[in-house]
Amino acid sequence: MTDFGFSIDSSKAITIEDQDNHLLEMLHEIEPDIYICMACGSCTASCPAGVFVEMNLRKVLLSLQRGMEKETLKQLKSCMLCGKCNIVCPRGINTRNLILSICKTYNVQ
Amino acid sequence: MKERFLSGYDNFVLPFLFGMIFILVYCIIGMTRIIIQLPPRDRKKFAISLFKPKNALKNIIDIFADCLLHLKIWKRKPLLGYMHSSIAFGWFMLIIIGHIETWFYAPHRTGLLYYPVFFRYFMEVESYSLRGSFFFFLMDFFLLIVLSGISLAIFKRFRSNVLGMRRTTKLTLFDHIALYSLWAIFPLRLISEGFTAGISGGSFLTIPINWIFANFMSKPENFEYSWWGYSLALGVFLTFLPFTRYMHIPAEILLIPLKNAGIKVRRSRKGMALAQLYSCSSCGLCIDACPMGIQKKNLQYTTVYLTRFLKRRNKKKSREISNKCLMCGKCAEICPVGVAACDLRLAYRSEAKYNISQNYTYLDNNPFSLQEKENKVSDGKVIYYAGCMSSLTPIISKSVIKLLDKAGVEYSQLDKEGGICCGRPLMLTGKLNEAKEIIEKNTKVISESGASILLVSCPICYRIFKENYYLKGIKVLHYTEYFEKLAKEEKITFKMGDGKYVYHDPCDLGRGCKIYEAPRSALSRICTLVPAEKEKKESICCGGSLGSLTLSYDDRSHITQHSINNLMINSPEKIITACPLCLKTFARYSSIDVKDFAEVLSDNIS
Amino acid sequence: MKNNVVIIGGGPSGIEAARQIRKIGYTPILIEKKPNLGGHLAKWDRLFPEGVYAKDILDSITSDMDDINWFTNTEIISINHIKEIYNIKLSNGISIRTKAVLLTTGFELFKAEKKEEYGYGIYDHVITNEDLEKFFKEHKDKRIEDPKVIGFVHCVGSRDEKAGNRQCSKVCCATAVKQACEIKQLFPDAIVYCFYMDLRMFGRKYEDMYLDAQQKYGIRFIRGRVSEVSENIDKRLIIKAEDTLYGKPLRVTMDLLVLMSGIVADQKNIELAKMLKIPVGEDGFFVPQNSILEPCKSQKNGLFFAGACTGPKTIPESISEARAATLSIDEYLKNFKE
Repeated sequence: MTDFGFSIDSSKAITIEDQDNHLLEMLHEIEPDIYICMACGSCTASCPAGVFVEMNLRKVLLSLQRGMEKETLKQLKSCMLCGKCNIVCPRGINTRNLILSICKTYNVQ
Repeated sequence: MKERFLSGYDNFVLPFLFGMIFILVYCIIGMTRIIIQLPPRDRKKFAISLFKPKNALKNIIDIFADCLLHLKIWKRKPLLGYMHSSIAFGWFMLIIIGHIETWFYAPHRTGLLYYPVFFRYFMEVESYSLRGSFFFFLMDFFLLIVLSGISLAIFKRFRSNVLGMRRTTKLTLFDHIALYSLWAIFPLRLISEGFTAGISGGSFLTIPINWIFANFMSKPENFEYSWWGYSLALGVFLTFLPFTRYMHIPAEILLIPLKNAGIKVRRSRKGMALAQLYSCSSCGLCIDACPMGIQKKNLQYTTVYLTRFLKRRNKKKSREISNKCLMCGKCAEICPVGVAACDLRLAYRSEAKYNISQNYTYLDNNPFSLQEKENKVSDGKVIYYAGCMSSLTPIISKSVIKLLDKAGVEYSQLDKEGGICCGRPLMLTGKLNEAKEIIEKNTKVISESGASILLVSCPICYRIFKENYYLKGIKVLHYTEYFEKLAKEEKITFKMGDGKYVYHDPCDLGRGCKIYEAPRSALSRICTLVPAEKEKKESICCGGSLGSLTLSYDDRSHITQHSINNLMINSPEKIITACPLCLKTFARYSSIDVKDFAEVLSDNIS
Repeated sequence: MKNNVVIIGGGPSGIEAARQIRKIGYTPILIEKKPNLGGHLAKWDRLFPEGVYAKDILDSITSDMDDINWFTNTEIISINHIKEIYNIKLSNGISIRTKAVLLTTGFELFKAEKKEEYGYGIYDHVITNEDLEKFFKEHKDKRIEDPKVIGFVHCVGSRDEKAGNRQCSKVCCATAVKQACEIKQLFPDAIVYCFYMDLRMFGRKYEDMYLDAQQKYGIRFIRGRVSEVSENIDKRLIIKAEDTLYGKPLRVTMDLLVLMSGIVADQKNIELAKMLKIPVGEDGFFVPQNSILEPCKSQKNGLFFAGACTGPKTIPESISEARAATLSIDEYLKNFKE
């Protein structure tokens, strides 16, 4: 392969096929509803912690699905587990229990 | 009366003796274990309360009223109460009188465990004295009472509705063995004492039996079999007892002093929890009480099954049941033994392990603390904490503000732009340390506000402020209490309307904080209240509770519908609630208008 | 009785069906529960995508109804089907026997006060799409006072399990874009936002409408569902949503909020379905015999559907279905055996 004088940083794009899905599949076993999120953002909009610190549940769920959770999982440490996101979700996802299940399944360094 | 045998012993007493010694040893070990498992502070508290005369007397009275007379069950379902108390109290009297008889007529045998039980075998009567006949009468009388209870118990297995229970618990194999041996004990006693009545004497029950079986009586070899049967039934029952629901009999005797000493459940299967688990008699009253029971498939999540699986250390089932519960408190309220079902579940939830845990240091030094400085409340005034849910039900805070303005109260809104959650939903997930952290942060904000009254509109917030917060010098009031107070003091006047409404008692306000009358008094100023079918401490949860972690949206809708049907029984025009979550939950399914307490009051200011 | 065709529902599909059925020689009898014909169409100002006046469309289809029987302010008391004949009793006392019935009962709009977090009926400046159309026609609504910042909330009562409606109402996105442009024409200095989850611009020229909205009218589209609305001391509205494309929660203070109430099944339809013993779907709309091949036929002989009673539809679709139903009815009556 000729060296043209530039290199590609693969981490700048999401390469879906390289994603390690085993934790997501474990999570899906206990919370099948994680797949039906339509990313409307109601959860993030109503979150009381969101006015103090970055706590974006929609982004956390999306990053779990893309295998990029390392960047966002720590946001869940700020969750007050108040249940408002649960009440507003139009898809009827039990977001509060989903957060608890994520806290059981995943780990944050 | 004199003894028939010099030795005062026969081999048939062995099964009974084995069972009796086994159960005594088991109970002593169990009791010691429970007390050792208590945290040191609780152990001390317990020991002190045992010796306080007032507590000691209360313990004795409670043991008598609950373990023997089952007064709590009488209050709920009299026939069921009779069934339990006839067996318990009747058997107790048989034992006591048996011991008295032994003391009178064979005082040298009083040390023997088996002698009073088999008294009629070992003694023979020569002539009937008044005292003797009196004892015979008492023994037969109480035997009859116990037998009536046993027949009701047998009947209950087939037709539980007649005794007032729609459903009964499913029995385990050991439960069956203990149950059948228990049923067998007293008929066998009756037959045995009937057989020997010719020799040992008897009264109105045993002597007729003797006459009927006159053919068999004269042959002494027939006596042995029924006495063996009686002893075996007792032996089997006592041996299997610790592994069945009947362990509640000795366990409740320990539970009552623990409860009266104010000991609370801390771990889910140790100490106070263990005492409660064993005290559960599997009576099944919680099955009918549980709001989830409206769907047959959810009956498996009731408290009686939780205690069973916790005892058996079935982690999977215990976790499933603990996480499903709405924490409405109804089963704990009606439990005749006083199993603190919600505390057990919370203790179990708190033992779950999480890889990621929460921390709230971001709440320190935050720009939010009573936002606009001009709104900072001065001494002795009210701060209104609307809570997380209120932004989803804006009519509540709007109505509260309208009422406060009308009453001319000086107030400030704590969380208009945003706020810290009160922490109760967090606590209900079992994360007790994290909840403590939020409570500290919130306490700091509230204490620094300078207010003297903390007004809340949400019962969930109200409950945790009352139970887990320590706000020195600040009075916490729910808006139902507060507006009733203002109305009484005539700071606001209301006009009576011609509406016919029904009031729903929210779980956390009613059973949780015992506020039943204040909302009703206030509402009676503006409308006619009709009662629901079940209300006050029997009110049915709306189904929206954040206490449940895993209950599905679909299952909740069934509970909501059931709760609404309960409220509609007297055809009200509107449903009034005092909780934003109940309001939101009911409004989705109700065919009539659902209004908030503050809303209807503010619509009827004169 | 021989040539009777009873049409239940006097909206655009009912009126058009009555016209066509009369044209081919039968006797349509049109029944409407409201005081006037026209259904929801009578309430609208202009229709998307080209801004045609609804009144013109309505006048056009009602222009030659002289020899058609119709009853307004009349409801169905009872209807049953015995030996291939429908017996209908009306609330004005009249009983009709007919071989064919066409249901054009249409839809209802979601009651926006059910989404209490948006504050309809609680705050002073929250209105619905229906209220806004009325404003465009009549030019007066005390909730609209020279707004400088206006917001449109898509999907109110649609795609929402908590509101009891999973379905998408199909037409509200196009309506919202249309109304956003129209209100911008009335208040050219205002900033107009549209809060959407998805933009369903499925029809011909709809995408052009969207392009115009962005280009010509400067409408700002924010992808994020509004979760709550509160009011400040000046009665202005504070909207909380997440700007999902940017990835942060967002707040806007507004003078006017328009809620796009969705299309939901009419409750009266469900009662009719019980009387006729025909199925309704989980979403409450009638279920046709075959949703692709026979959308106008029901499972019962002689019972037909047209228009929004079988699901959210645009007006041209309702009118087409009315004509298709007429064809099916003609075929049925021609082959009818006594």
